Amino acid sequence: MATVKGEIVVNTERCKGCELCVPVCKEKTIAMSVNLNSKGYHFASSINADCNGCTNCALICPDGAITVYRVKIN
Amino acid sequence: MSHIPTKDEICEPENMVYSRTCLLTDNALSYCPGCGHGTAHRLIMEVIEEMNLQADTIGVAPVGCSVLAYDFMNIDMQQAAHGRAPAVATGIKRLYPDKFVFTYQGDGDLAAIGTGETIHVCNRGENITVFFVNNGIYGMTGGQMAPTTLPNMKTATSPFGRDTETMGYPLKITELIANLPGTYFVSRQSVHTPANVRKAKKAIEKAISYQKLNKGLCFVEIVSNCNSGWKMTPLESNKWMEENMFPYYPLGDIKVPK
Repeated sequence: MATVKGEIVVNTERCKGCELCVPVCKEKTIAMSVNLNSKGYHFASSINADCNGCTNCALICPDGAITVYRVKIN
Repeated sequence: MSHIPTKDEICEPENMVYSRTCLLTDNALSYCPGCGHGTAHRLIMEVIEEMNLQADTIGVAPVGCSVLAYDFMNIDMQQAAHGRAPAVATGIKRLYPDKFVFTYQGDGDLAAIGTGETIHVCNRGENITVFFVNNGIYGMTGGQMAPTTLPNMKTATSPFGRDTETMGYPLKITELIANLPGTYFVSRQSVHTPANVRKAKKAIEKAISYQKLNKGLCFVEIVSNCNSGWKMTPLESNKWMEENMFPYYPLGDIKVPK
């Protein structure tokens, strides 16, 4: 069975830590980092490998900080 | 068992399914964290990119938080006086009827100081598109009461809540202009969940493509949060918006072409 595997890349300097992406991720892949970016925001980051590339987080992100990748595995 | 790709193998350009549109400039959005303006900007620019309209688009940004749009939208922009964006857009569209002209306005601009311009541009049926971001408050100036503020909603200038006896009722300007024969497509959307973002993008696509038909004005309202003005976190403000704003400002298409 073909499955999909995704990955997100967060532009940490663009992220403002609004946390809107956290509840929309059904795979619970996103959490706020304990680290800060140069503006002092806790930025979003990927914490596990469960991402399926659904793009929900990128759609909701007001700052366009998230890029989503997806591959099919046969 | 098949090979499971590593993170580096997945993050190749050919596997990219979503990235920020190049029609937004590299400037960091100066809106507050979680503000719906950023999403609204992105959706409009994505649609313009997909329709390949960058060279033919002229945007008009008036006063309010929406004035910052010209820093972020990588298209030709014109600044207008407070509330006067539809009048400026009328002039631009009449001089350049082949261009795609839109205004991007907030509720303090479109529904307060610019009410006259808004109603008359709709009544004249100018072939422009109006994007209206409604957050029920004056965001940029510090959260004062706007005509769209809900009854009993506390703001900087209505600290005990909006009393409808003395301050009147929230203005449903979108329903108002939908009754005018000059409007062709009127819709109300929001951008607080991924599903709503997809719906809003479809409405924006329609509003942009209908302008080519020269059948009248297209109007898309985006009900948005103002977490700084409402004194809430972004997540709380979206929940509050669902519970309080949507019963008064129901989402959906209000006027669709027959």
